[in-house]
Amino acid sequence: MKMVNKTSVRLILVACVALFGSGCASTFDGFSNPLANIEPWVKPYERSNLADPIMSMNRNPVALSYAKHVFESREGARGADGGAGGGCGCN
Amino acid sequence: MALTAVQVAVVVVTKKQAAKAIRHKLNMVKMVMCTLGLVVTTLFFGTAHSAVLPIERADVLYHSYEGDGVTIDGPSVLLRKNIGGRVSVSANYYVDTVSGASIDVRATASPYEEVRKEKTIGLDFLNNKTLLSTSFTNSSENDFEANSVYLGVSQDFFGDLSTISLSYSKGWDVVGRRGDESFEEEADRQKFGLGFSQVATKSLIVGFNIEHISDEGYLNNPYRSVRFLDSSTDRGFSFATETYPNTRSSTAYSINANYYLPYRAAIYGDARTYSDTWGIKASNFKLGYIHPIEDDWVFEVFVRHYKQDKADFYQDLFSRPNEFNFMARDKEMSTYTGLTAGISVSYEWQFSQTAMFKKSAVHFEWDYMKFDYDDFRDATAQTPVGEEPLFGFSANVLRIFASIWY
Repeated sequence: MKMVNKTSVRLILVACVALFGSGCASTFDGFSNPLANIEPWVKPYERSNLADPIMSMNRNPVALSYAKHVFESREGARGADGGAGGGCGCN
Repeated sequence: MALTAVQVAVVVVTKKQAAKAIRHKLNMVKMVMCTLGLVVTTLFFGTAHSAVLPIERADVLYHSYEGDGVTIDGPSVLLRKNIGGRVSVSANYYVDTVSGASIDVRATASPYEEVRKEKTIGLDFLNNKTLLSTSFTNSSENDFEANSVYLGVSQDFFGDLSTISLSYSKGWDVVGRRGDESFEEEADRQKFGLGFSQVATKSLIVGFNIEHISDEGYLNNPYRSVRFLDSSTDRGFSFATETYPNTRSSTAYSINANYYLPYRAAIYGDARTYSDTWGIKASNFKLGYIHPIEDDWVFEVFVRHYKQDKADFYQDLFSRPNEFNFMARDKEMSTYTGLTAGISVSYEWQFSQTAMFKKSAVHFEWDYMKFDYDDFRDATAQTPVGEEPLFGFSANVLRIFASIWY
């Protein structure tokens, strides 16, 4: 059960962040959520660094998908590398 | 009648395997439930702001992999174009031309040459600030046919500081074998993905991903064999067909971060941990540095480390052909480490924003990979059986491409 519990806890944490972050908790009457009052702390005018292409995790999709294919072909592990699925044909 | 010790051991092993499979099934069900919950959460309650369509661009790439006696190269062309302000279409055509023979093949068969062609078409739809993506991929070679569909949804919220993405894909493979027209097997694959990224500061983005993959069907590689002791041969061993389980479930978790330095440059890193029902456990991490000079040049270096523990049914040398129900000697199932170091350089030309082409660039990327195996021996070595040197190899990977933004 160890694996299931770990997975559940992590997914619940992510779900909580999404739930509270999206503000839906405030739609429930009588529910006092301390996280609901948190405002986005990086203002739009402070995002010039983040908008620079060098901060993109996928600057060149055509090269990134090829690099992923090479690693998938040479390694037993797979998944959670941020890419869409596709047929491998890795004979 | 009382069970013998061997029978008890078999029952215990079977029960353990069954329990392991049930745990992973439960894991998958919980992930599906959470995924559905999060879809509802983000689509109906989320305060979305600024999901955008992917950037319009065209890329033409030449790729090359050389290592372990194998050369794989070919082109890849990726086109992306928007239709109006809400739809983006993409198409990718990719070719692998494989020649030579890796250590797995050199020990048992002759070098060969084959071509794999992969075609992908994709559609992205921006609806009320939610980005829906779908694609279809076909991969075809003379002994392998794979089709897959992909569905994904991504949404920004919390003042654009948070992004959540969910994905599902399903694949259908038909596996053949060269020189055996009667051989045809099938395998199906499902992938469930969940991603979350967060702007932490005005210079830091962090992300978290989970992906669960389940396979069912013929999961062997029909060209790889197990090695077993055979005193009737000169070398003391022979080869037999591998036997894999018909199912495999895996779960991988990863985290990543990109940080903008006080001057115009960025460092990034990611780490992943992985486990599956075959007993493989793996982890990897990567660190990189990107350094632009003016608006023209972009330099990048990275190092990546990978470590893996073998599958439960992997052995380099078995005692006899049918020693266990499941037997593998595929080196990707063994215990090993991999180290990759890469450098890349790009040169960009900026044009007027009102021109047909906004920007173009040429890129050169080179990776050096090294793999060292802890329990996979070089069966081609002329030494007593079981005393061959441990195998290892290095490879050079090149990506040379040109891009145009429009």
